[in-house]
Amino acid sequence: MNQPNIVIVDYGVGNTYSVMNAIKALGYRKIKVSAFETDIAAAEALILPGVGAFEACAQNLRERHLDTILNEVVLVKKKPILGICVGMQLMSTMSEENGEHSGLNWIPGRVVRLDPSVNYAVPHVGWNDIKGLQSDMLFSRITEFANFYFDHSYHYQCEESYVIAHCDYGMKVTAAIARENIYGVQFHPEKSQNNGLKLLRSFFNAVDLC
Amino acid sequence: MLKRRIIATLVVKDGIVVQSIGFKKYLPVGQPAIAVEFLNQWGIDEIILLDISASRNGHAPDFAMVRSASFHSRVPLTVGGGITRIEHIMELMHCGADKVALNQAALFKPELLTEAAHQFGDQCIVASIDSLLTEAGHRVYDYRKSKVLNQKPMELAAQLQELGSGEILINSVDRDGSYLGFDIELIDSVCSMVTVPVICSGGAGNVHHFLEVFLQTHASAASAANFFHFSEHSVTTIKAQISLHFPVRHETWFNYQGTRFDDNGRLIKKEDSELEDMLFLRIEKEVI
Repeated sequence: MNQPNIVIVDYGVGNTYSVMNAIKALGYRKIKVSAFETDIAAAEALILPGVGAFEACAQNLRERHLDTILNEVVLVKKKPILGICVGMQLMSTMSEENGEHSGLNWIPGRVVRLDPSVNYAVPHVGWNDIKGLQSDMLFSRITEFANFYFDHSYHYQCEESYVIAHCDYGMKVTAAIARENIYGVQFHPEKSQNNGLKLLRSFFNAVDLC
Repeated sequence: MLKRRIIATLVVKDGIVVQSIGFKKYLPVGQPAIAVEFLNQWGIDEIILLDISASRNGHAPDFAMVRSASFHSRVPLTVGGGITRIEHIMELMHCGADKVALNQAALFKPELLTEAAHQFGDQCIVASIDSLLTEAGHRVYDYRKSKVLNQKPMELAAQLQELGSGEILINSVDRDGSYLGFDIELIDSVCSMVTVPVICSGGAGNVHHFLEVFLQTHASAASAANFFHFSEHSVTTIKAQISLHFPVRHETWFNYQGTRFDDNGRLIKKEDSELEDMLFLRIEKEVI
């Protein structure tokens, strides 16, 4: 098993310990939770964890100069990165959560509030099955319509060509996006038991290929 | 399609998981970390860890306990008890919590709830309401002072949603540990007032209680504590039975499909003739 240098980007908010526990459970040993440029530059795979309001997250990223550091590592050096929940939403052009705030603009799109038909509660909380693009390496170990844990009030709207999975919640919700070395999932793989672990394994297995 | 959630609540007192009866009597069950590990293996959908001694003793959350309990949790973990500052929430997120439950803050420090929702997002904030059935109807109950407040749970729920809660956890104090079933009237009243998901708690004693609450209310999740500790194979057996009526996540080999249960939802032993004809299937351990 290859042991890539994994860095979980620490931007203050985010369930970093949960993400680290899940990755450790897969047997990876070189994991760091860090906001330092040297660690991030040395990473072979990056995780941008979730749980947080967009505004606070985007602000924290900028205060720690993580936007510049990540732009270099992700856009220029093309290191693989997986954004989880709000970590994925940060990759957008802009979000409407608590007013308009701009994101990293890696995958053009807008993050808007969920607006399902009546009888659907917002936030969208719980286990939902996703319809993933089977050909994508991220879903190579997962059966069609596998369950993942969702917990969000806002969702990513972008061009269909970037969407690699969606789920149904009284409306079509973007569940996963990809563009070259950049991956984002709206659900929480670190909290989705075996399906989540399989997805993380696929992501890290692909590190060599990038 | 979104699945109905089956949640286990672990009530922790002085670092030990306890069985709670009516918020008055407590019997020890065991270590939080072991309970979390087992519930995970049985395929629970979510775990709520409530430390009832922290607030009572005026302590901050027991971070070391949360850290050790969360280690084996591959499902979402909501942590409550002793949270009085935004820094507590931040530290809990670094100890393995995925959401936080606010009870005393929901009653007496609503600005903390709003600020937390602003920083961590409303989806991260669960407002926990305790309700006691009085002669005047359901009333909010302050467990810390053991005092009934003159407010209806449904009204408080609506207020807490306005303040930024992403979920409401409604606990029935009088049904707690009673095995009499969920308080349908209470849960229905809360569900009718909010648009955020509602988790109901208190009174689960068998599978019919779960079916009843899903059938008669819009609760998005049903939670139980003692039921999961003291009934064998409880998580998978109730999921097997609920899955016949409602969508639930039930992705295990030991799914009990085609198995018979008695009126209390307990497994009935198969007939000897049936056992004789059974073919055993070898299941290789899944390598992820």
